[in-house]
Amino acid sequence: MLRFLGLRVSRALLTMVLVVTFAFVVLRLSGDPALLIMSADAPPEAIAAFRQAWGLNDPIWEQYLRYFSAIFRGDLGQSMRDGRPAIELVAERIPATLALTLPALAIKLGLGIPAGIYAALHRNSFADRAVMLLAVAGFTVPSFVLGLVLVLVFAVQLGWLPSGGQESWRHAVLPVLTLGIGGAAVLARFTRSAMLEVLGQPYMRTALAKGVPWARAVRRHALPNAAIPTVTIVGFMVGSLLAGAVVVESVFSWPGVGRLLVVAVANRDLAVVQCILLLVAATMVSANLVVDLLYGVLDPRLRSAPRGATA
Amino acid sequence: MTGDETLLHAQDLVRRYTMRRGMFGRPVEVRAVDGVSLTLRRGQTLGLVGESGCGKSTTGRMVLGLEVPDSGGIAFANERMPPPGTPEWRRLRARMAMVYQDPLGALDRRLDIGTQVAEPLEIHGIGTRADRPGRVEALLRSVGLRPDQARRYPHELSGGQRQRAVLARALATSPDLLVCDEPISALDVSIQAQVMNLLSEVQQRSGVAMLFISHDLRAVRQMSHRVAVMYLGRVVEEGEPDEVLHSPAHPYAQALVSAIPHPGRRGGRIVLRGDPPNPVARPAGCAFHPRCPVAASVCAREVPALKRRPLDGRLVACHVAQGEAAPGAGLPQNAMEAA
Amino acid sequence: MRPPLVEITGLTAAFDGVPALRGVDLSVGRGEAVALVGESGCGKSVTWLAALGLLPGKARVGGSVRLDGAEILHAPPATLDRVRGGRVAMIFQDPASSLNPVHRLGRQITEALGLHRGMSGAAAREEARRLLDRVGMPDARRRLDAYPHELSGGQNQRVMIAMALAGSPELLVADEPTTALDVTIQAQILELLAEIRRDSGMALVLISHDLGVVAETCERVCVMYAGRIVEETAASDLFAAPAHPYAAGLLAALPPIDGPRRPLAAIPGGVPEPWAMPPGCPYAPRCPRHVAGCDVAVPRLSTVAPAHRAACIRPLPEGAARELMSA
Repeated sequence: MLRFLGLRVSRALLTMVLVVTFAFVVLRLSGDPALLIMSADAPPEAIAAFRQAWGLNDPIWEQYLRYFSAIFRGDLGQSMRDGRPAIELVAERIPATLALTLPALAIKLGLGIPAGIYAALHRNSFADRAVMLLAVAGFTVPSFVLGLVLVLVFAVQLGWLPSGGQESWRHAVLPVLTLGIGGAAVLARFTRSAMLEVLGQPYMRTALAKGVPWARAVRRHALPNAAIPTVTIVGFMVGSLLAGAVVVESVFSWPGVGRLLVVAVANRDLAVVQCILLLVAATMVSANLVVDLLYGVLDPRLRSAPRGATA
Repeated sequence: MTGDETLLHAQDLVRRYTMRRGMFGRPVEVRAVDGVSLTLRRGQTLGLVGESGCGKSTTGRMVLGLEVPDSGGIAFANERMPPPGTPEWRRLRARMAMVYQDPLGALDRRLDIGTQVAEPLEIHGIGTRADRPGRVEALLRSVGLRPDQARRYPHELSGGQRQRAVLARALATSPDLLVCDEPISALDVSIQAQVMNLLSEVQQRSGVAMLFISHDLRAVRQMSHRVAVMYLGRVVEEGEPDEVLHSPAHPYAQALVSAIPHPGRRGGRIVLRGDPPNPVARPAGCAFHPRCPVAASVCAREVPALKRRPLDGRLVACHVAQGEAAPGAGLPQNAMEAA
Repeated sequence: MRPPLVEITGLTAAFDGVPALRGVDLSVGRGEAVALVGESGCGKSVTWLAALGLLPGKARVGGSVRLDGAEILHAPPATLDRVRGGRVAMIFQDPASSLNPVHRLGRQITEALGLHRGMSGAAAREEARRLLDRVGMPDARRRLDAYPHELSGGQNQRVMIAMALAGSPELLVADEPTTALDVTIQAQILELLAEIRRDSGMALVLISHDLGVVAETCERVCVMYAGRIVEETAASDLFAAPAHPYAAGLLAALPPIDGPRRPLAAIPGGVPEPWAMPPGCPYAPRCPRHVAGCDVAVPRLSTVAPAHRAACIRPLPEGAARELMSA
């Protein structure tokens, strides 16, 4: 188990190193930073001085090491627009994004998983077909379309809720719903198929054959097994808490990390883009790590050695 | 067709795998096949019996050149088996074919039977484009399928018919050797008899040699001219089917034979203790000694060689059967492992 | 007179309108060992899954199943839960996947003890250990904390048997219990089942495709074909003098252990598809004794000799089977 843990943690760290390296390479490939930041018609001496000041004339591996150690210290460079540290800019947007994505996650879990389980237990019933129809709809309709439809209905037609901005909790309702419904649909489909797979397993028949009542067999024998594949998709959802709302934040002009990203890309504010990238990667990797460790807890087969080999 | 001509000879085949215990365990060396020698004569069948994990399938794959032995060598028609992937190997491979346990898995679900039977003809450039439909029809007839079944897809056929289709495909190149890996164990009893009869017919007609791998001693007796019993990667006894079945010399072969379910017989069965062997934890000395009812102390130390028994010339790898050690009463670790 | 332990009459089952059982009549006496043999799809497993209400919801089941005189087919779930595991236990073909991979073996056994004997905690654990000992599990105490994947197939089947014994059932239904196991392990499991039966007087239904396995384990054999029982007799009689041509054909198709080797007497063709059953005897298209009368109606199971019944209008006379087999 310790070995399992150690390996998973080191794999996560390795992934982060690769992501940072990737960011560095992309940054270098996107053009000469001096020319990008100074305008192209700046005097050559100024550009030379800039290069000197930022160490752009040093060997590339020295630059890479410097870059790496800076990131390690939490220095992710300054925004080119207002000169503030990029990390500060990003950090102050995080609460706004979480204010959307956390409630949305709750909807996904609270709606998607029970709906999936219910549909699987009542396979081919009217409820199953209805859930799956909704799930396919929620799954295939892109979030900006769903968002716009919700705005049309609830903001424009009915006038119950505001269509954009961040003034009160009422402003959050539509973006949260937009995010939550799509995710719940994905999760419902996934949970349903995981459940159906498990319900068809021989050990379920064994449980019933030894006299375990149906409800208890579902609870004690089916759910723990169905949880194993479902954890993967939930992990992915947790991993995208920061990055998953780019489109929705834009549609509802919600000042979160996603909107910051869109603006930064438009302005070629590389430090900010890179900071968001690293942050998103870090959340993804940590969520993945947690999922891996959860697998170990949920599935004893991953914890210990299988018995023997076959020739 | 002379029955004595050697088609294939395998000498001291060894196949090792490294496997990890668990996902991150230390790699352990597993000897799936540990020094197996076999001789196959033209037009004859060698039966290979043993339980799961004894290395019989790995041996079959090595004979076909689908796996390369770590040591030892194979000679086919007096030529050394060329390395896999070379043109010589491919040429040689056209003279060998395989029949698998699971015919549905061995066939491509998306292609009809006729196309799949024609495939080896195309790969090996046999016949002309024009005469291929005729050849396919003849092949299908030769395995008892109707020519109109060429347009069927695997899922539209029954298990027995699928195995016939696999056999038709295997016979397309008129091979000299057919390796049949548990060809009947996925089939129902009445269909098993059909497929066994068909294999015998094909052999009588075409003179193909067969390596018949099975865990079913009855089927092996029905099909084979010689039988080799394997245990944990080694041949422990080899001989004529009726010798091995009626008076097995090796204690393991004795247990196997006594375990054949037999209408009309009750009791008198040797029930072995313990689990089937695990190649990862191979016992020292004779690999069978922890389960052997007559193991003596030497059995835990020395690996017995497969050699002719002085008494009657039987090929057996057992200290006790060879008369080199007095029959013991099993070894103390039996008590610990007893199940 | 006390009714038989289990009495099945006119049991039918259909999936999506396709019949799998076409009227099965079968009774099992107390302490008796009965075998149900036949090829895949003949309904031998479905019979007992249907009788115990273990078929998926889409299955349509009809007829009657009486346990000790009381109807259990379509009984309320609470009644069935007490019967299953408590009075009739069942074990299956593939022991590794029949055990829950995420629960420890001890927990899977104690669950049955809790349901049927109200045991819990240390007492249940101790009883689980005793049961594992009983089925010959080496190092039983440590195995309580093991998971199924840590055990071999044979050991897992022992666990399944221990779990089945937890409710002290009057009948154990073993559905192909040794098919997935190696020959030497099959011998161990059959020996164990026989031993348990000797000690406990439990009745046994052995479902198998292997006539040899059946012959050694059971007193009475029922041969099934296409969803019906076609022959029912003492095991020794069946092998000496089968009356139904299908049973004779199955025996003849088995490669002999001795004597000259010659082509096997294979049964031609295959089982008719369930949606394309012939109007008369379902075996008629493959039967060497087929006459026009066979196609008129499905033959009823009727007595051909004392305690020997066959569903055939031209049953083989005693002694004829030998000739057919060597034909």
